[in-house]
Amino acid sequence: MSLNYDQAIEKYEPTLGLEVHVELNTKSKMFCGCATEFGAEPNTQTCPVCLGLPGALPVVNKTAIESSILIGLALNCSIAPFSRFARKNYFYPDMPKNFQTSQYDEPICINGFLDVEIETYEGNKVFRIDIERVHMEEDTGKSLHVGGSTGRIHGAEYSLLDYNRAGIPLVEIVTKIVPNTGKYAPQVARAYVAALRDILRGLKVSDVKMEQGSLRCDVNLSLAPSGSGELGTRSETKNVNSLRSVETAVSGEILRQANRLQSGEKIVQETRHFLEESGETRPGRSKEKAEDYRYFPEPDLVPVVPDNKWIEELRKTLPEKPADRRKRLQSEWSVPEKEMTAMVNAELLDTVEETVKLGADPTKARSWWLGEISRIANERDVVATELISVTAVAQIINLINQGELTDKLARQVVDGVIAGEGTPADVISKRGLKVVSDDGALMKAIEDAIAAQPDTAERVRGGNIPAAGALIGAVMKATGGQADAAKVRELLLKHLGQ
Amino acid sequence: MSIRSSAAEMAEALTKKEISAVELANQHYAQIEAVDKDVHAFLHLDKAGALAQAESIDKKRAAGEKLPPLAGVPLALKDVLVQKGVPTTCGSKMLEGWRPPYDATVVTKLKDAGIVILGKTNMDEFAMGSSTENSAYGPTHNPWDLTRIPGGSGGGSAAALAAFEAPLAIGTDTGGSIRQPAAVTATVGVKPTYGGVSRYGLVAFSSSLDQAGPCARTVLDTAMLHQSIAGFDPKDSTSINHAVPDVVAAAKKKDVKGLKIGIVKQLSGAGYQKGVENKFNDAVAELVKLGAEIVEVSCPNFEYALAAYYLIAPSECSSNLARFDSMRFGIRIGDDGSKGAEEVMNLTRQVGFGREVKRRIILGTYALSSGYYDAYYGSAQKVRTLIKRDFDAAFEKCDVLVSPTAPTTAFKIGEKSEDPLAMYLNDIATIPVNLAGIGGMSLPCGLADEDNLPVGFQIMSPAMKDDRMYLVGGALEAALLSKWGKPILDFAPRLAGSK
Amino acid sequence: MSAISREEVANLARLARIEMSDAELDHLSGEMQVILGAVARVQEVASADVPPTSHPIPVNNVVREDAVIPSLSPTDALSGAPASSEQRFKVPQILGEAE
Repeated sequence: MSLNYDQAIEKYEPTLGLEVHVELNTKSKMFCGCATEFGAEPNTQTCPVCLGLPGALPVVNKTAIESSILIGLALNCSIAPFSRFARKNYFYPDMPKNFQTSQYDEPICINGFLDVEIETYEGNKVFRIDIERVHMEEDTGKSLHVGGSTGRIHGAEYSLLDYNRAGIPLVEIVTKIVPNTGKYAPQVARAYVAALRDILRGLKVSDVKMEQGSLRCDVNLSLAPSGSGELGTRSETKNVNSLRSVETAVSGEILRQANRLQSGEKIVQETRHFLEESGETRPGRSKEKAEDYRYFPEPDLVPVVPDNKWIEELRKTLPEKPADRRKRLQSEWSVPEKEMTAMVNAELLDTVEETVKLGADPTKARSWWLGEISRIANERDVVATELISVTAVAQIINLINQGELTDKLARQVVDGVIAGEGTPADVISKRGLKVVSDDGALMKAIEDAIAAQPDTAERVRGGNIPAAGALIGAVMKATGGQADAAKVRELLLKHLGQ
Repeated sequence: MSIRSSAAEMAEALTKKEISAVELANQHYAQIEAVDKDVHAFLHLDKAGALAQAESIDKKRAAGEKLPPLAGVPLALKDVLVQKGVPTTCGSKMLEGWRPPYDATVVTKLKDAGIVILGKTNMDEFAMGSSTENSAYGPTHNPWDLTRIPGGSGGGSAAALAAFEAPLAIGTDTGGSIRQPAAVTATVGVKPTYGGVSRYGLVAFSSSLDQAGPCARTVLDTAMLHQSIAGFDPKDSTSINHAVPDVVAAAKKKDVKGLKIGIVKQLSGAGYQKGVENKFNDAVAELVKLGAEIVEVSCPNFEYALAAYYLIAPSECSSNLARFDSMRFGIRIGDDGSKGAEEVMNLTRQVGFGREVKRRIILGTYALSSGYYDAYYGSAQKVRTLIKRDFDAAFEKCDVLVSPTAPTTAFKIGEKSEDPLAMYLNDIATIPVNLAGIGGMSLPCGLADEDNLPVGFQIMSPAMKDDRMYLVGGALEAALLSKWGKPILDFAPRLAGSK
Repeated sequence: MSAISREEVANLARLARIEMSDAELDHLSGEMQVILGAVARVQEVASADVPPTSHPIPVNNVVREDAVIPSLSPTDALSGAPASSEQRFKVPQILGEAE
């Protein structure tokens, strides 16, 4: 009889630990001048340094150091007055030097925190996540396994290596252990990664695309009997690459470990791999003997000793914290909490803000992006901002406000822009989507409508105002929807003596 | 002018168009052809590349272009520096057939200086050794006595100079690999201040100790080559962003009046051959005659230098040599389709590395491993601090320090190859300089009475004051030359077939 | 002074990815014993108040601007490869797991 999640949480208290690897979006690599474009042809962005050729030497990318310091500042860390690179020695074919240039006991940032908020049935709850360290390191190359029956590493006949990614700057953000999250552990883990991602995006130091691997998360989890105050043996689940997966990996591990403990088995300290399809984890290949990384200070690089002036200059460039910004925008736009959350969850807050900055009305900006445009985006399984530009949406909204477009016409303009017919102005002119505001043309349509429905016209003359609806409808139909309905109504009623 | 002339003389003859760079290169290739079968200083000759460079220098000279001082002078390059398209083996089987796709900064500077690189010289595998016996391609023989070692690791470069196969050479010095070969072959070699010459493209043995430097037969030639290769390199983070001291002017000055010269008490006595100490003392006496003041200094921590070195260098090398794994370059052993990458790495490293290299990798792996780090690597780094302090205190009292370069003259090939500790003792006087990152020179100071073999005189100068060793070296060399009546290499037996 | 066992040397060889025959291990264990005995002397003077020196000449904050410089051509990059295919380095099957 296996435990379900609620039973598991009742019996065991989870403790989390999260390690997030972020690829910085520098133009060049961490230690050499090779480009960092994603998806380039294999081995076109390599040089003696990032291929680890004999004789090559590293030189640190200044922007990578500054980005790391910015991340530290945004996470309320202390910036180390003296920090160094170290070599982490282990052999692996995707790592050209067979050591990773990383930071060990002297990381660039230490001791920070990040508060994350989650929604619960008992209301919103805030959890403080303590940050242990932020350190710099370099990414590895990519291997492609060829041949074999299963396509998995074990069945491969040989492997092909592309070192374009080798040496791309990585920042690793490591939390201290996160206790007392109870049943909310999966949500807290997800909220932490989401909050971190928002901060990194705001700092503009990374593309933070989990699906492209520019933000990767390792989840450490252990269970201890509730109330025992103990710390259990942890497992480390590697490469959890979406927010949803973070949540599933945590709940999955809680279930797996709880059931193991329940049946009297021990938890093995091991590395596990997250399986995106099933949401489960499987054990990594266990190492017969523990690795010994033989860290020592990297002799080819010199210490990083940021002075206060440098740090303060960087601090000045820090953007507003995402949580503060959210509160500010909510009040500026007078948006209800629920709508605000919807925008954040849809990852459209930046987009709506940019649209508003271009003069669009906040309410309309929100409803267009979250409504019509998101609907089409969902249908086509693409990101809303890939369909239509912020500028186009702002122009359309402004035209609505100026009475140049009706909502109905605006939808057609949006369709046209998405279909690639050009700017909103292009679509309007090509499709002839002008609001009919010429009184003469409208009067002709009104007279036609009255002539066609004399009885209805008589009822309106007699004071039955709601009956005008049928006539207005006819006028709108005759003008192909390009008339402003309010204007039609005004002219019609006036014409019929009302 | 002949191949026995100095590089400065050759440069002058080239300037006066008494000889062309192509002719000069060919004369040296003829000498190499004649003697290198016995000496084995070279691992690879780049005749086509060298002659193309020589020809381009000749054309520029004919066109009246102003050329750098050593343009057209040939040079032998230690095989530990990468040269684009030219085989670079580091004396190891591991790199057999490898042609690097890039130039070391030193090589770029040599090319820019118009220097003609004749070929790559033999060395102890990955610069680990003091005899060049650890080369996977067979030992180099000392031109003074072909049954003896030419020193190491840069035995090929030193032997090439002593056998008149090249007037200039580049060496690298991690614990004495430029100076000790210079000492046992009666040539001049300088380890510049750490960071004075770029390490970019120098295949690393021990990153915090390695330093490339100039080798030649005279102090002035060495200085001219030093000037050509030194200077800040943005590709080497440990390169010093500082003007290079005027070593050429210092080499020419020949005036040591009032200079304070310190003799290190700890670098003499037990373990030092009698004839070595005698010649060293004679040279000191010459300096006194020239007006220098002699001070005795004590550097008590030097006795721990060898131990610290044999922890730091192996530790760094165990990591530096990890990249030789057969995945991206070099040889690959055992890839028959049935083995995994890890197994192929293991087999390749078993076959590709020689005994000394494996010994040091294992020693370094041990010294860095958890549980032993503090006791070994960590302690060695502390000793390094103590040695630096000893030097600082000594340089408070004097301008340069001097000692014999090596405790003995050249020993017989095979004599110490089964006893690593005895071999390591060769570097006892040169190692402190590397640990402290300061400059060191070796120049010949005579032949030991008991075996008639060359003795080296070491001059050590404070960091970034490399001109001081040239000042003292230039003056001492001139005094000894007038005492001997002819260059020391003229006392060496004539090699069979020598031009 | 710690003695080093043959098993320890075998483990070091594994960490260093060097295959070693029994004869090599035997020989090397003996040599390591002697060498470690000699180098352990550093502990005599390495007291707690002495800071370690990792760089002989102290320099800090050496950085380069974040600018792209041309890479090697793929042909040059792969020129030393023992085997290549599809513009990638071809290596024997990788059996372990990445970090």
